[in-house]
Amino acid sequence: MSIEVCNLVRLVPGARQPLLDNVSLKVPDGAFVALVGPSGAGKTTLLRAIAGLDNCSSGSILLDDSPMTSVKDRAGRMGFVFQNYALFPHMTVARNIAFGLDVQPRAERPARAQIAQRVEELLELMQLQGMGGKHPAKLSGGQRQRVALARALATGPRVLLLDEPFGALDPIVRRSIRTWLRELHDTLGLTTILVTHDQEEALEVADRIVVMQSGRIVQDASPMDLDEQPATEFVMEFLGEAVSFPGEVRHGRMIPDDALVLPFAVPEGVTDGPAVAMIRPYEMNIQKPASEQDVLSIYAAPRGTRNGYRHYTLQLGERVVPFYRPVDEADVQVQGVALDISRSRLFRQGLLCA
Amino acid sequence: MTRYVVWAASWLFILVVLVTPPALVLTEALKDGVGASLATLSDPDAQAAIWLTLRVSVVAVVLNTLFGILAAWVLVKFRFPGRQFLQILVELPLSISPVVSGLVWLLLFGAQGWFGPLLERWNIHIAFAVPGIILATLFVTLPYVVRTVMPVMEVQGRDAEEAAVLAGAGFWQVLWHVTLPGVRGALLSGVLLTTARALGEFGAVSVVSGHIPGETETMPLHIENLYNGYQSVAAFTMAALLALMAMSAVLLRSAPEWLARLQEKKA
Repeated sequence: MSIEVCNLVRLVPGARQPLLDNVSLKVPDGAFVALVGPSGAGKTTLLRAIAGLDNCSSGSILLDDSPMTSVKDRAGRMGFVFQNYALFPHMTVARNIAFGLDVQPRAERPARAQIAQRVEELLELMQLQGMGGKHPAKLSGGQRQRVALARALATGPRVLLLDEPFGALDPIVRRSIRTWLRELHDTLGLTTILVTHDQEEALEVADRIVVMQSGRIVQDASPMDLDEQPATEFVMEFLGEAVSFPGEVRHGRMIPDDALVLPFAVPEGVTDGPAVAMIRPYEMNIQKPASEQDVLSIYAAPRGTRNGYRHYTLQLGERVVPFYRPVDEADVQVQGVALDISRSRLFRQGLLCA
Repeated sequence: MTRYVVWAASWLFILVVLVTPPALVLTEALKDGVGASLATLSDPDAQAAIWLTLRVSVVAVVLNTLFGILAAWVLVKFRFPGRQFLQILVELPLSISPVVSGLVWLLLFGAQGWFGPLLERWNIHIAFAVPGIILATLFVTLPYVVRTVMPVMEVQGRDAEEAAVLAGAGFWQVLWHVTLPGVRGALLSGVLLTTARALGEFGAVSVVSGHIPGETETMPLHIENLYNGYQSVAAFTMAALLALMAMSAVLLRSAPEWLARLQEKKA
């Protein structure tokens, strides 16, 4: 089921800035999209608007090209998983899962045995066999999350909306449930929108990442494009650690203000003027001295090893800059005469220079 | 040491102020023996008073429970202009003297009241009749369900309800299957407080009832009447019965806690 959001605006009385500022988004059938951004960016607001939980000032939401006006239009067609699970504490796991079926009008409601069978199927799918009779309070965080998922999927929706579903889980459970969720999405052929503030999580599970900031969509791209061509400085910074070097473009070369940083050629079409070069710590290189007489002016101080990278810090004048090298790199250049940042992306007034 | 002093002082205070009165009432009632005491209850006016009190209480409890649930729900789960004011308004009966609230109904529906002559023409009697007593009791007992349910609903939040709506539940299904089960303890508490208050209300009812024995006399009014007529055994028997009814309502309030504790022990 495809979802289309057109020019959505949500204003809050009393606030100067709209919660959603003319947001448009197309999610094709079968896509796994992650909404990322800092808190207050409007990710959850957008997700709630898609689910029909909040009224918007203007704009429309189309599900398979037909507009949806109220929550009623969506009932049973969209599954929503809340950050804190929002399970019904007085009901057993089985009743929680069956809720969406139990509340259907008598004429449409499946027979009792059918509902029970559906619950069993879902319990199995969620790896919760034998938990049907328990109350949510007796379950672990990861189990509750899966019950919430099962409840959202009970009516067989084609769309799954997830609001920070892993927020309250410990890191190990988080990682395993992430992979499992992606598998579930593929097996059931769902269209999924996931809200998260964890960019790594988004990069790992989603086909497309939508970065939001102050109620607007800043960039909507595949994880690879997002890394290669971040639309703004903010996106670059949000997606992972980044170091910025202000400077000036002159005659097709970027000349960083810092004398220890080497100038480099910029792509064609970039006009002269001030710019900021941004680079990931693992994309930088230290230039070797050409001869014995050269004065060594850059040293990398080791700071341990993480995720297959050796971490160092570089002292650049007043500034301390992170610098990573892969662990398996045989000969690590840890001192030299200058810093090579030619793999940087260039930004001007916050936007990527194309 | 200080702990025991405080402990002893609180118990002493409770004994003197709270336990002595009902104990004395019971002693006075049984002064001439159980038989004499029970005999006073067979008096037709006494029985009429008991029935009237029960009827009025049931109506007040049912209406205020329904209204209270909806009012608490609206006040907690929605933000709308005038919400704060409505919240204060709901508590008004707690701060106004019951006599004053009784007077208001007289002012509205009494023979000399605003709507009195009109109602007279249609032959509808509110003041000095059962509807007036019900109105007065409703007013006095209005805040209890709202005030006990509201804080629990506040804690409950909206997520579970929203999850229910998204699963396709309608308004009443959400209220019945999700919201109410979550607040049932507080609701029971509110209902029983309302009951206790409705049974015992004197001031407001006294003003609107007109004290017609056998017709508009509730138990508290009847007790006063008997006492003033020097029928002390009858008065104290009725008082003991009323106290027993109200106290059992209050005791029932803690029943859910006991049940929960029992279940915990079993588990």
